Amino acid sequence: MGVVEPFRDSALVERVVEALRSLSMPRSIRIMHVCGTHENSIARFGLRELLPSTIRVIAGPGCPVCVCPVEDIEMAMRLSLEKGVILATFGDMVRIPTPSGSLLDAKARGGDVRIVYSPFDALQLAERNPTEEVVFFSVGFETTACGVAAMILQGVPRNLSFLVSHRLIPPAMEFLLGVGDIRIDGFIIPGHVTTVMGLEEYRIFPEAYGMPVVSAGFEPVDVLTAILMIGRQIKDGKALCENAYRRAVKEAGNRKAKEAMAEVFTVSDAYWRGIGRLPRSGLILKGEYDRIDARKRFSIDLREPSLDLNPGCSCHLIMIGKIDPPSCPLFGRRCTPQTPYGPCMVSFDGTCNVWYRHRQG
Amino acid sequence: MCLAIPMKVKRIRDGSGIVEYRGVEREVSLLLLEDVREGDYILVHAGFAIGKIDEEAARETLDLIEDLFQEQSPYGTSGRRIGSGFDD
Ligand code: SF4
Repeated sequence: MGVVEPFRDSALVERVVEALRSLSMPRSIRIMHVCGTHENSIARFGLRELLPSTIRVIAGPGCPVCVCPVEDIEMAMRLSLEKGVILATFGDMVRIPTPSGSLLDAKARGGDVRIVYSPFDALQLAERNPTEEVVFFSVGFETTACGVAAMILQGVPRNLSFLVSHRLIPPAMEFLLGVGDIRIDGFIIPGHVTTVMGLEEYRIFPEAYGMPVVSAGFEPVDVLTAILMIGRQIKDGKALCENAYRRAVKEAGNRKAKEAMAEVFTVSDAYWRGIGRLPRSGLILKGEYDRIDARKRFSIDLREPSLDLNPGCSCHLIMIGKIDPPSCPLFGRRCTPQTPYGPCMVSFDGTCNVWYRHRQG
Repeated sequence: MCLAIPMKVKRIRDGSGIVEYRGVEREVSLLLLEDVREGDYILVHAGFAIGKIDEEAARETLDLIEDLFQEQSPYGTSGRRIGSGFDD
């Protein structure tokens, strides 16, 4: 048996859809996912069109580069321009617009900005350029943070430091439940974040909030099954933490990855672009890693950051699932993946970008 | 950044896994995993293998889905806890 094919099998997809249709929900429900990769699967396989009209799936804040604060991007730009460092980061990060430009603009103005695929590429850059300072702008959710932590634990060259901007998923979900006017009846939780972290930290959602949560993979059968499981819970008046992605997600997660993260990082309050400051939602380097913490290594006086979003961009509403991209007047006109005006249009994980690539007609 | 599709480990070289993605061989760090073997399917994120596909559990999920179909009764409440049996 292959590891992908059974979960893409059209006969099985049809049977799950049939089960969803015969669920006959007593009321309409809204299920949120918080993962850009889920939004890509949903759009790519046209899964929304298969759902009965009583079930809506909405995208939450699942794009790490979208929620990366302007303050951090501006710091990265200034590190490259004012401190002359080689600034290395992921490809979609360099194009994220801020009211004061993007990292690509900094590059055009003479900053040495490099695109890397993995944190190890930044390490190699540092090894190959021993007389230069290299800063890795480390952005991402738990899935990225664990690799960075493991790399740091192995030891990094003296000229490599980290501008850390990692965010954690569960605090964002908790925040969304407190936002009065967004209705959420259940969460599809990200399959790869839970592959790393396990399910323990998600039990609070059924237990304290009566909110069904189901971990899902990324094939059509995975996502639809998670929706079916949430629908069943709601219909049966239950709230459970369930696992629809057992081939990857284990209850305790990835022990090595969690240990590495706990060794290197400490949890702190953190700002989410377009959303605000969320308690215990970010990771910072522990004190003993001050030497490789770019925020401490380079004295960049903090200025008041620019506006969160360019005027008129509705990413703050997109990211909390309040509106869909076509409700933004700039979508597909002023703002496209070639000319992104807001952060959600840049990354493959950004909801506006996904909707643009898969738009009808 | 995150690839949804598992990748097969073709070879293991100095603690790294060699996988093939879009016809190009790539090196993936295996630092975060225990006992990976050639032929295993791994989940890769930003150059790191973050998890391994458990083929046994994949079959279980397919059985679980069949159970879900069975439980679909016109009365709705089956009372069974779905998918609560984890392997560890
Ligand atoms: S379409 Fe562009 S401007 Fe509108 S919300 Fe999305 S990213 Fe912002």
